[in-house]
Amino acid sequence: MGKFRVVHYINQFFGQIGGEEKADIPPQDKEGPIGPGMAFKMALGDEAEIVGTVICGDSYYNEKKDVAKNEVLERIKKYNPDLVIAGPAFNAGRYGMACGSVCKAVIEELSIPAVTAMYPENPGVEVFKKNAYILETAASAAGMRSAVPNMAKFALKLLKGEKIGTPKEEGYIPRGIRKNIFVEETGAKRAVNMLVKKLNGEPFETEYPMPVFDRVEPAPAVEDISKATIALVTSGGIVPKGNPDHIEASSASKFGRYDLENIEYLTPEDFETAHGGYDPTYANEDPNRVLPVDALRDLEKQKAIGKLHRYYYATVGNGTAVADAKKYAENIAKELIADGVQAVILTST
Amino acid sequence: MKLELASFYVKDIQFCEKTEFRDGILKVNKQELIELLLCDNRLKDVELDIARPGEETRIIPVKDVIEPRIKASGNSVFPGFLEKPLTVGEGRTHVMKGMAIVTCGRIVGFQEGIIDMTGPGADYTPFSKLLNLVIVANPAEGVSSYEHEETIRIAGLKAADYIAKSVQDLLPDDIKTYETKPIFESISKYPNLPKVAYVYPLQSQGLLHDTYVYGLDAKKIVPTFIYPTEIMDGAIVSGNCVSACDKNTTYVHQNNPVIEELYERHGKDINFLGVIITNENVTLADKQRSSDYAVKLAEYMTLDGAIVTEEGFGNPDADLIMLCRKLEEKGIKTVLITDEYAGRDGASQSLADADPRADAVVTAGNANELIVLPPMKKIIGLVDAAGIIAGGSQKSLKKDGSIEIELQAITGATSEIGFTKMSAATY
Repeated sequence: MGKFRVVHYINQFFGQIGGEEKADIPPQDKEGPIGPGMAFKMALGDEAEIVGTVICGDSYYNEKKDVAKNEVLERIKKYNPDLVIAGPAFNAGRYGMACGSVCKAVIEELSIPAVTAMYPENPGVEVFKKNAYILETAASAAGMRSAVPNMAKFALKLLKGEKIGTPKEEGYIPRGIRKNIFVEETGAKRAVNMLVKKLNGEPFETEYPMPVFDRVEPAPAVEDISKATIALVTSGGIVPKGNPDHIEASSASKFGRYDLENIEYLTPEDFETAHGGYDPTYANEDPNRVLPVDALRDLEKQKAIGKLHRYYYATVGNGTAVADAKKYAENIAKELIADGVQAVILTST
Repeated sequence: MKLELASFYVKDIQFCEKTEFRDGILKVNKQELIELLLCDNRLKDVELDIARPGEETRIIPVKDVIEPRIKASGNSVFPGFLEKPLTVGEGRTHVMKGMAIVTCGRIVGFQEGIIDMTGPGADYTPFSKLLNLVIVANPAEGVSSYEHEETIRIAGLKAADYIAKSVQDLLPDDIKTYETKPIFESISKYPNLPKVAYVYPLQSQGLLHDTYVYGLDAKKIVPTFIYPTEIMDGAIVSGNCVSACDKNTTYVHQNNPVIEELYERHGKDINFLGVIITNENVTLADKQRSSDYAVKLAEYMTLDGAIVTEEGFGNPDADLIMLCRKLEEKGIKTVLITDEYAGRDGASQSLADADPRADAVVTAGNANELIVLPPMKKIIGLVDAAGIIAGGSQKSLKKDGSIEIELQAITGATSEIGFTKMSAATY
């Protein structure tokens, strides 16, 4: 039996092309291992070999998204691999996003296993941990020495179709996937044991850690709304026609800020929705249905409110991770406060 | 209140001329039992069958599972159904261990289950380890689904009573005594042990999701105290068609493992004061009233700790979390038992509600996980039900007789009163 064929995906830096100034290079590939691939070659030993390395600039991958992903996939396919190793990306955010995305695409589109590794706080973890195994590494490349043998060992397990154990046993970041297991004691016995420990102040381990629901207390009412500057913010995806910031139809990676100066109401000629999660017909027919500029202008004229803030903010709330949504909201709130806005009308769909 | 459970271990069930129990063998006069059940003219037909552990037998769709019990005095258990609704839970009760009455027949709702006596499915249901006397009963024409449910429920209780009469005057194999003292006595007996009660929500969403307390529909109760031994004497009867995996059958009410384990630690690590029953009604106002009331009783008992269980999922998750939050706010340390609906891939959020105070949770597993049940030589009931019951789909039943289905459809697989040994972990 021949060796398993492995393709290694790395960024411009580990591909020895250059630093940030080369982050926009498009994908390229070379036969055999490069950079950290040399360490993988050692760690994989006789059982598998790195037949090719695909390199892509981090900015290029993250900005070109699907285009970059498809280009990378094409280059990976060329080598007819049994598995893909991406990274490790440590705490490099864009590199982590690229590694996660490449693994997801390889698993889904090429139907072969893939593995990557990064620091638990790398944004790529939150986005891709359910799609691919992500092994845990240190924050910086100083952790390369331990990351490589772990990844190689795990890759060989995947290649041989061996059973993958728990996150603790294997060193991957928990994917949030619940699997049934049979244990020694009945649920009732486990519950009573847990209660006795809890009563005695001894440590105990819950079997289902609660997901954190971020419940936000409503702010107190605005004292004098007739003097207040009010902003419109929406997760309903209303953007200027053509979606200049390319906000994604699902799992938005950004939000946009758009000018409403001299706009009395939104017209279908100038505005549309970028949202992919609902029937857009009625929003596109009359974008005020999602972002009520018309109603706010009326209230302005009636002096029921002070004024409508000059800019509105929009993103797409469709499959968007809670962590991302929270980040956008924090940034938007900062800008609004700096601009002297007192209240926000938040519309969703 | 003190109850002696006198056990008779059943080693086999056979159909014979005369119903009797001798040397561990239960002999059943089939015709006599069928005629007894057909006294209810809402039933059109009744058949009996036997399913033994290890046999290649599948029972589908299963409605309820009941353990035959009878008072040594000759009275029936199940007050409010077979007896006047007078207090039970004292004296001696004869119990036939190792067997159960299983009710089956044309489907009532959508949420009835499967018991496989062998193969992978058997590992998930606790009832595959019992000798099952199966009653396959179908309703007469024009009987509404509510009457249908009631008819089969009562037929099961009657059959259990009829079978248990066979051991009424016999000497048991062993006797175990359970006792709960009045609250003040119990507290003065173990002044230094933490005071613990079991908060026991009963499924009461209505529309075939009901439970009965002394014959009373649990939707209409406010939470109340009950001695654990009353429950052993059939004070709580299941009358619901919630998803089979986390439905608390009458059998598990009679043999509630939380009560058993709390008695086990009573006087050693804890002072088990008793049980507070509450319900799982659908409206928010009902949930608020019941959870407030149950927690008020917990405070009234000056509890230090509580175990809260569940029946069903989704809507009852809100009751579970509400009870937990309010108990913890009163300083009562709480442990929950639930199950999960994390999707077939296990990647979704498991419960419909969450609270950081629910920091001690036992899970009975993910009910959405798929299983393939291989074909069985013998089917008791109606295999077509696999396409309709919760956890199944039109594609569930394969040509070869195998069934691809969620664990949800297996009776008792993810028991939220902790009857099984399944759990789930994050991968």
